[in-house]
Amino acid sequence: MDSSISVLLFGITRDLTGQSAVSVSLHKNASVADLLAQLHQQFPALMNIRSLLIAVNGEYAETNQVLSPTDEIALIPPVSGG
Amino acid sequence: MVTLIAEPIDVTSALNYLQSEQAGAIDLFLGVVRDNTQERPVDRLEYEAYDRMAVSEMQKIADQARQQWPILRYAIIHRKGTLQIGEMAVLIGVATAHRADAFDACRYIIDTIKKTVPIWKKEVFTNGEEWVNAHP
Repeated sequence: MDSSISVLLFGITRDLTGQSAVSVSLHKNASVADLLAQLHQQFPALMNIRSLLIAVNGEYAETNQVLSPTDEIALIPPVSGG
Repeated sequence: MVTLIAEPIDVTSALNYLQSEQAGAIDLFLGVVRDNTQERPVDRLEYEAYDRMAVSEMQKIADQARQQWPILRYAIIHRKGTLQIGEMAVLIGVATAHRADAFDACRYIIDTIKKTVPIWKKEVFTNGEEWVNAHP
């Protein structure tokens, strides 16, 4: 069964989508890789970004990590602090 | 001490915090907004952060530095919001007994912040704007 998860957006990804969070529909036990694929499909402009990582509950996640609907999920474009 | 703030960075209070009787060296790195990028004039920078993760990632870097060098005290202060030319975006302070450790730890902290901490800056030019590092 599909479930909807919310993804926080920052920096260029927020500008590209015009939203600070987007809702993505994923099947049960979907992974970080599945989420990235779905985001690219939903927002083709993300292809032009140098790199995209996913953070789950405030920690960088590996691509095979399985997502839960209760996780806080964020899309992390290339950082540029300092 | 690790903080992410919207207000201007107070160097004097950071320095006061870093001082101790055991410290023979205090290194301060101040990252400041410059008026150009590759000769293109910059009007201002806009910083944005994923707050909770930015703080936890900066704390991880501080913890890694403390494992590598005998740090007595440290301060990592990053600003967010709109910054004008000449304003300070980041302060890294490290106090150690001897200067070599303070220099090395300070450099490690700022270099690693630039690689891993979820903070983003947008350069606003007179004729456009650009998120730094976003495109290949």
